[in-house]
Amino acid sequence: MIEVAHLTKRYGAQTAVDDVSFRCTPGTVTGFLGPNGAGKSTTMRMICGLTPPTGGHATVAGRPYRQLPNPGREVGILLDASAQHPGRTGRETLTLAAHLLRVPTSRVGELLTRVDLPAAAARKRVGDYSLGMRQRLGLAQALLGEPRALILDEPANGLDPEGIFWMRGLLRDFADRGGTVLLSSHLLREVEAVADRLVMIGNGRVVAQGAKDELLSGAGMRVRALDPAALHAALAAAGLSASPADGGALLVDAEAEAVGRAAAAAGVVLLELQPGRARGLEEMFLSLTNGATSPERTAR
Amino acid sequence: MTVTAVREAPAVAATSFSPVPLWRLTAVELRKMADTRSGAWLLAVVGLLAAAVVTVLSLTSDAPAFDFAGLLGPTVLPAAVLLPVLGVLSVTSEWSQRTTLTTYALVPRRMRVAAAKVLASLVLAVLAYAACLAATAAALPFAGGPDPWHLSATALGKAGLFLVVNVLLGVAFGMLLLNSALAIVLYFVLPIAWSILGEMVTALARPAQWLDLSVTSGLLLEPVMTGRDWARLGTSVAVWIVLPLVLGLIRVARREVK
Repeated sequence: MIEVAHLTKRYGAQTAVDDVSFRCTPGTVTGFLGPNGAGKSTTMRMICGLTPPTGGHATVAGRPYRQLPNPGREVGILLDASAQHPGRTGRETLTLAAHLLRVPTSRVGELLTRVDLPAAAARKRVGDYSLGMRQRLGLAQALLGEPRALILDEPANGLDPEGIFWMRGLLRDFADRGGTVLLSSHLLREVEAVADRLVMIGNGRVVAQGAKDELLSGAGMRVRALDPAALHAALAAAGLSASPADGGALLVDAEAEAVGRAAAAAGVVLLELQPGRARGLEEMFLSLTNGATSPERTAR
Repeated sequence: MTVTAVREAPAVAATSFSPVPLWRLTAVELRKMADTRSGAWLLAVVGLLAAAVVTVLSLTSDAPAFDFAGLLGPTVLPAAVLLPVLGVLSVTSEWSQRTTLTTYALVPRRMRVAAAKVLASLVLAVLAYAACLAATAAALPFAGGPDPWHLSATALGKAGLFLVVNVLLGVAFGMLLLNSALAIVLYFVLPIAWSILGEMVTALARPAQWLDLSVTSGLLLEPVMTGRDWARLGTSVAVWIVLPLVLGLIRVARREVK
């Protein structure tokens, strides 16, 4: 539904987005994660034909965005909730979009209800809105054309905890009914709670992507021996790569059986052999985005 | 078409959606000119000023007797001065308020949006002109000279063209500069600059006759225009409207939307 292939954007000598590729399929929520300035927004603008890419291309519903006849009917976009004319009322903002989308203006009222903007708020000018209200308005605008995909940049910004919970439910429901969702965030917990797939980006490059569950469980086995040096040698002899963990243990990227056999073959006494603790997304996020040069890690 | 399950939007099978027709895009752009606080105020001020002009001119006792064209000229002036600001804002406010993120996401063909903005400002000029005509007609019985209802088709057309030229100037400046303050200031300062420079530098006096749009468009309100006058108008329109519009369109097409 949304396909990004080798998107690259350079501003002079600076590379904002570097060879980014991923796919979002119907029925899934893809979390686009990265610290501020990592290139998330630039990538999303390139998908939507607002920023011309230096290289690569992106398609939505099988076509480059700018070739979609009425894109708002295919994909709902919310790139910046504060980018609305402050002198226009909320209702008027949606009415204009309804005319462009060629949907009946009766949908405006429906959407205002759906995003929980009361009639009194809809009559107010957007300049008087809080960021949370603008996010709701922006989400209403994105949903107005009954699209089958959503592209949302930091939609949780400015929402209160209840609003965040509400939005998670809305996006989960949208995807469960066959929709495609791409949402970006620098708030890891936010994405962890709703996404099926993750794309992590740091300094313009994808540093990890794949199914959330696989990315989270990819911590390998934790093993500790009476003689750590002997264990290390045994693992190396068996062709298993190990990295040091706390308490003198090693983390091995292999099944329990392989580790056990390697130790047994060398006669090493094991004190501990268990699945590595699933590292929190946050830890992984930090480690990956701090080391911009870390190799891409893919789990599909 | 079989309906197997009652499901909402996302599950609906792919349909082919048609693009927004240009007339609808124009209607939306016209609405956008009036639905903001600044737009509504500008329109209200134009209306009030036109009403004030027509009232003062027709009721002042020592006012000279007007014919239709004589009264129409001053009535059109407030619109001719202020509607271009609306034309500027129609283009520039999208960039300064960053509503381009929505506009160009919904209508990625930027030239269509630009065309709709030009068309919308033309429609606005025509509507304003119709209002000015009505106001003039209503005031004429009070201000009329010996043959008040005499109005040639040429005079009618020229006053309308005066309004159109001014509104298009606003859109062209907005398109070229993509910055509200800069475009509005330049729109107001340029005629003043021409007249000051024209007086100070004698070498500029002659080019000013051909290039100062405030002078050449003013010819449209004169009773008679010669062929040379039309040529002067055409030259200044090419320099101050056509050229900025073309350069502005190229700029809009290429500019990154952030």
